[in-house]
Amino acid sequence: MLSFLFRRLLQTVPTVLAVVLLVFVLFSVVPGSIVSSMSDDSDPQVEERMKKQLGLDDPVYVRFGKYIAKLSTGDLGTSFRTREPVTTMIAKRAWPTLQLVFAAMAFAVVIGVPLGFIAALKPGGIVDTLAMMVAVSGLSIAKFWLGLVLMYLFALKLGWLPSFGYGDGGLKYLLLPAVTLGVSPMALFARTTRAAVLEIMTADFVRTARSKGMSETRVVKWHVMRNALVIILTTVGLQFGALMGQAVVVEKLFSWPGIGSLLVDSVLQRDIPAVQGSILVVVLAFLAINLLIDVLYGVIDPRIRYA
Amino acid sequence: MFRMIAIVAGVGLALAGSAEAQTPRKGGTIRMTAPYGSSFTSLDIHTTQRAQDEIYAKALHRSLYIWNSAEGKPVLELAKEDVVSGGGLVHTFKLRDDAYFHNGRKMTADDVIWSYNRIMDGTKAFPGARFVRVIEGAAAVEKGQAKEISGLKKIDDFTIEMKLTEKVDPGFYFFTALTSIYPADEGAKDSFIQHPIGLGPFKFVEHVPGSRIVLERWDRFYKPGKPYADKIVVSIMGEAAARDVAFRNKEIDTSVLGPAQYVAYQSDAALKGTIVEVAEVFTRYMGMNPSFKPFADKRVRQAINYAIDTDLIINKLVKGKAYRATSWLPLTSPAYDKAMKPYPYDPAKAKQLLAEAGYPSGFEFEWTTSQNESWGLPIVSAVIPMLDKVGIKAKVKQVETAVLAEVVRSGDYQAFIYSQASGPDPLAALKCFHSATPQPACNYMTYKNADFDKIVDAAGQADDPAKRIELLQKANALLYEEAPVWFFNYNKAVMAVQPWLKGVQLNATELTHQNVEDLWVDETSPAK
Repeated sequence: MLSFLFRRLLQTVPTVLAVVLLVFVLFSVVPGSIVSSMSDDSDPQVEERMKKQLGLDDPVYVRFGKYIAKLSTGDLGTSFRTREPVTTMIAKRAWPTLQLVFAAMAFAVVIGVPLGFIAALKPGGIVDTLAMMVAVSGLSIAKFWLGLVLMYLFALKLGWLPSFGYGDGGLKYLLLPAVTLGVSPMALFARTTRAAVLEIMTADFVRTARSKGMSETRVVKWHVMRNALVIILTTVGLQFGALMGQAVVVEKLFSWPGIGSLLVDSVLQRDIPAVQGSILVVVLAFLAINLLIDVLYGVIDPRIRYA
Repeated sequence: MFRMIAIVAGVGLALAGSAEAQTPRKGGTIRMTAPYGSSFTSLDIHTTQRAQDEIYAKALHRSLYIWNSAEGKPVLELAKEDVVSGGGLVHTFKLRDDAYFHNGRKMTADDVIWSYNRIMDGTKAFPGARFVRVIEGAAAVEKGQAKEISGLKKIDDFTIEMKLTEKVDPGFYFFTALTSIYPADEGAKDSFIQHPIGLGPFKFVEHVPGSRIVLERWDRFYKPGKPYADKIVVSIMGEAAARDVAFRNKEIDTSVLGPAQYVAYQSDAALKGTIVEVAEVFTRYMGMNPSFKPFADKRVRQAINYAIDTDLIINKLVKGKAYRATSWLPLTSPAYDKAMKPYPYDPAKAKQLLAEAGYPSGFEFEWTTSQNESWGLPIVSAVIPMLDKVGIKAKVKQVETAVLAEVVRSGDYQAFIYSQASGPDPLAALKCFHSATPQPACNYMTYKNADFDKIVDAAGQADDPAKRIELLQKANALLYEEAPVWFFNYNKAVMAVQPWLKGVQLNATELTHQNVEDLWVDETSPAK
């Protein structure tokens, strides 16, 4: 297991480097610069000095080299906009984003997986039809629109929850953004679970278990559920990364102080260190979750062993 | 002048009028919104020129001057007196001796000098440098040729002498938060950016990046009895639809409205009375590059102004959330000439002018635009068929707003559509068309006209305010005739204000920038 973990960690290095390089190159070639967004000064010398101070007067390869050198020491650089260390900026926003993403994921798993499971037990039945209707709707609804509808319903009409803001970071502020973010993966999990369970239900080992006289509850619990979980876990892992990205829309809509809104503003103002830092953190979180899921495979299915 | 326009423009005047009749209530929380993005740029207000950041800065910081919305001009704030000498170039300011920073220390002349020297640190390129540069010797500090601004002298702890490089009203240069006065000892510390200290009516409590800033009343604020409220919360709400729900749900006290919401609020009996509007000092226009041959001819530029049904676009597309532009200076400018009439919609006249200019069959040009709903792609899309009618074909080149700013400054365009500050100082606004003004500064069309230069120079030298206004009006009329741009509109800023929030000022420089010490909430506010 340890050698597996070590190998997996090593494999993440080229991925991270590729992402860093891609973002760096992208922001070196796209038009627009931080200098023009920060100052509309008349003096070209001011712009030149600003470029020099920000290190933008160096050739791209020199800047990239310097960035990598800093990165290797854990330094994500200093924000062009705020002149704060990027690590400090991200640290302030990482927890709210993780809170939001984990809450959305919890909602999606708790609702989506049982829904898919129940639907698969009686395919074609009323529960299945209704569950899949919910799932398809969940996948099709735009988050922005759904968020507004939830705000309108639960804040304006019912008065149960605040329509926006972080407050003290408590549940009543978290609920609406988390549900808005979680509906789409919930629908995906429902569909994935249903498909996985339906396939496993017709597998030879399930038929064998039943023919041996095993009760339906035991069949579902020991054979169907555990086998389906491997597929569901894979989807959960992939969705985690997607949610980190999709959180941008939800954070902006609900004034939630996460990495997403930092990323949007940084991109618009060409604050390259902040963009690179934010993307890097999202990528690292995605890789870490997927590594964890790889480890969990072995726990769920003892047949999976890592040499 | 300004007050008169505000009466015409301000549907919310009844609201403001009734506020004046009541005794301001002490206490409560004011819940403002910052609508221009999903975060504040920085807590070091010297580093950021975004309108978004000045919303909180109005509560936290103070500058030498402040914008007085009722008078429509900057007035002294941290100084009690300004004695002008030296042919209008030397200003001796008697500073307040009762202004305390939020750490309890009294402000002195040293803080003012330290702050202006900081802003001129050329290695940091602070955006406020373009204002402080008007002080003699400031540019030398910026270039690293001097350590201190020579034109700034401390006479005593509460008196400073400021020598300017040109005869201008320093109020227009030192009223924004970009030139806020910092405490010299604290402002130099790294911790300042995490916990800013200012002279404003409210002191810093908390910043949740991407969500809100919380400030509480500063008891030693120098205006007796002010501020009225105990606390201010500025929530970052970039999404108009989310603000709408929060406003209707009474969770926020102010909300900036876009064109669609403006129409919706006007037609809703419960919300109509919450609308406050003002003509802001921004002119929206299509700039034409004179180095592109057809645009070098005045008749072509005039033809474009005749060919576009501007009123139709403002009414139908912008939903009436703008004022028709006549020339460059906006409605709220002291030099705005009411007698001037905008170019009428006259395609026949446009065709005639094109023919006279040697383009009877029209021509084609590339039009660079952003996606902005009020002065971007939707407007360009509406104008294209109108130009097509007179034979002019426009090819759209769409870019991001940040990129557009670079395109405009570099001159890399045939035409562009933009929104540019055209006030509050009419002289500074018209100087953007002076041939001595470099293109990257604000002479984006590299406009050059000797007569115009002469009039503007004379206005700059005029001691008599009436004479100065007369000259500026003349320069503005010349611009109308020369038509270096398609004069589209002046922004109508619209904000919804809850009935319990009183004292809202119709600030033509930016409606969201409120002198918060004058705001108060009555007992019906949910945030008591």
